[in-house]
Amino acid sequence: MAEPILKVENLKKYFPIKRGLLGALRGEPPRFVRAVDGVSFEVYKQEVFALVGESGCGKTTTGKLVMKLLEPTDGRIYLEGKDVTELKTQEEIKAYRRKVQMIFQDPFSSMNPRFRIYDVLEEPLLIHGIGETRAEREELIYKALEMVKIVPPEDYVGRHPHMLSGGQRQRVAIARALILNPTFIVADEPVSMLDVSIRAEILELMKELKEKMGVTYLYITHDLSTARYFSDWIAVMYLGRIVEMGPAKVVIDNPIHPYTRALLAAVPEPIPERRNIIKELPIKGEVPSAVNIPPGCRFHPRCVYMEKGLCDVKHPQLIEYEHNHWVECHLAGKI
Amino acid sequence: MAKTVLEVKDLKMYYFTSRGVVKAVDNVSFELKKGEVLGLAGESGCGKSSLGFTLMGMPTPPGKIVGGSVKIDGREIVGLPEDVLRREIRWQKISMIFQGAMNALNPVYTIGYQMIEPLIYHKGMEKEEALDRAMKYLELVGLSPEIVYRYPHELSGGMKQRVIIATALILEPEVVIADEPTTALDVVVQAQIINLMKKLKKELGLSMIFITHDLSILAEISDRVAIMYAGKIIEIGDSQKIYYEPAHPYTQKLLAAIPRLHEDVDKLEFIPGQPPNLIKPPSGCRFHPRCPYAMQICKEQEPELKEIDKDHYAACWLL
Repeated sequence: MAEPILKVENLKKYFPIKRGLLGALRGEPPRFVRAVDGVSFEVYKQEVFALVGESGCGKTTTGKLVMKLLEPTDGRIYLEGKDVTELKTQEEIKAYRRKVQMIFQDPFSSMNPRFRIYDVLEEPLLIHGIGETRAEREELIYKALEMVKIVPPEDYVGRHPHMLSGGQRQRVAIARALILNPTFIVADEPVSMLDVSIRAEILELMKELKEKMGVTYLYITHDLSTARYFSDWIAVMYLGRIVEMGPAKVVIDNPIHPYTRALLAAVPEPIPERRNIIKELPIKGEVPSAVNIPPGCRFHPRCVYMEKGLCDVKHPQLIEYEHNHWVECHLAGKI
Repeated sequence: MAKTVLEVKDLKMYYFTSRGVVKAVDNVSFELKKGEVLGLAGESGCGKSSLGFTLMGMPTPPGKIVGGSVKIDGREIVGLPEDVLRREIRWQKISMIFQGAMNALNPVYTIGYQMIEPLIYHKGMEKEEALDRAMKYLELVGLSPEIVYRYPHELSGGMKQRVIIATALILEPEVVIADEPTTALDVVVQAQIINLMKKLKKELGLSMIFITHDLSILAEISDRVAIMYAGKIIEIGDSQKIYYEPAHPYTQKLLAAIPRLHEDVDKLEFIPGQPPNLIKPPSGCRFHPRCPYAMQICKEQEPELKEIDKDHYAACWLL
């Protein structure tokens, strides 16, 4: 098998919580929000790797760590075999950012409202010194807009972001990410703020760009249906850890971890005859805080299959349950 | 035959802005029977939330009801003075579960204080009695009664949404409007809230209008579904018919745009273009500029809602 484009090894990010003077004087130990707590995965060329989970599970923090917008507490990130966590100087980081781009969730706030679309797209070119002359840059900008089907580009370059619809704006955001010809794109909930009809349009566009331009994506989402449609791989995160990972169809059609099962049971489906059935959700309570992570398996207080003396004491290992299908559960295969 | 609790006829609500008149709700008619859930779907800006607020008799300024009638339990509410609406209709006869439960509660008052306010104001209850009632309703929505003494910041998003639901039900209204009650909630919490609403529908015989842009959620709860486009209902009917035999091209496209969880879909469909400007809506059928089947007549004349099957109406010249 080919070398992965992106390799993440035992990645950790702890955010410290302020103790206050009194706490420090009393000698209270420092406390941390363990947002990402030992995450490893690999992404191969021209594939889409989805990180799925509820809010607060650490999926966006993982994305930001990959973007080097945050420094990890521990762990390694490799892009094309090169250790990214070692990059320290401005130049090195700048060169890295050219290869890794991000698409944000909210197309309404991810663009400077005082910029014209032309400026939005020219900025990355100027920062990275691409295109000697204005004419060259204009050529690149027009090409990028055509790629995301903002046509004819002449009509749009002079507009300001507020003059575009949400779908068009998100397409400009994609063009902005693509204009540097990146190896890797982190897409953080790129369609969750959009209407269903526009959502499909953006997903189709991202898929097409993957096939045509060989883009590789880290797709961060809470929506399992779009993850199944758009991704090759799905990793389900819970409280900072990947609890299940595998090919998208396998994870959705044959989920092993009780949390994945609960998430899947919760997804609404457009099947009206089920409207009078109250769906049993195999999950208890609510997500605990990432400050006081439960001992043993971190899902055990909510798990309906919890075995006393095992799940609440011992931390499970991520095991390869079947080829390419990884699960972190003591009871994998027994429930 | 269940009785009709809500009857809307030719309702028009326009926003009078400095740029022109926005026809947000334009000639909308439908009925809601007792114990029935009507789902209202459409893209953002199609007028579904505007319709919800209009039914409450409180169109957001600069919106005004221009014409038509809304009868709740047989009583006309269009044209009633504000103080009568407030005293006799709103929350008593028709209530609303707002979008974004996080912001609907006042952070400086306890949950109990906020819940008993309508009881004291409308029913003239004593504080003790009202608190008892509030506790009963909290239990009904699956919360512990002692939450009346808590403040909103002590509750999670899902719990707040339950409090909002309990408050909307506390005066036992005939009709409840739920405006995107599950957006901003996580999938698991969303499923729990939908389950709760199903349970309440069954136990209390709630009549509800459920507004959302998400047809998957709508299918989970609606008996009938109405699809709105550019201020008009373009298709309405029994939910099974809408989901399996959609008649209007817009409905068909909307359904084809949903990615399915357990099905392989090669290509998702999407609707090119964007919803029209409601100041100057397109002539004829409002969907014609985006419709793949548009004919000459579609540009010239507006189609009426037509009965195409038992309890299934659609407005399209193709039918």
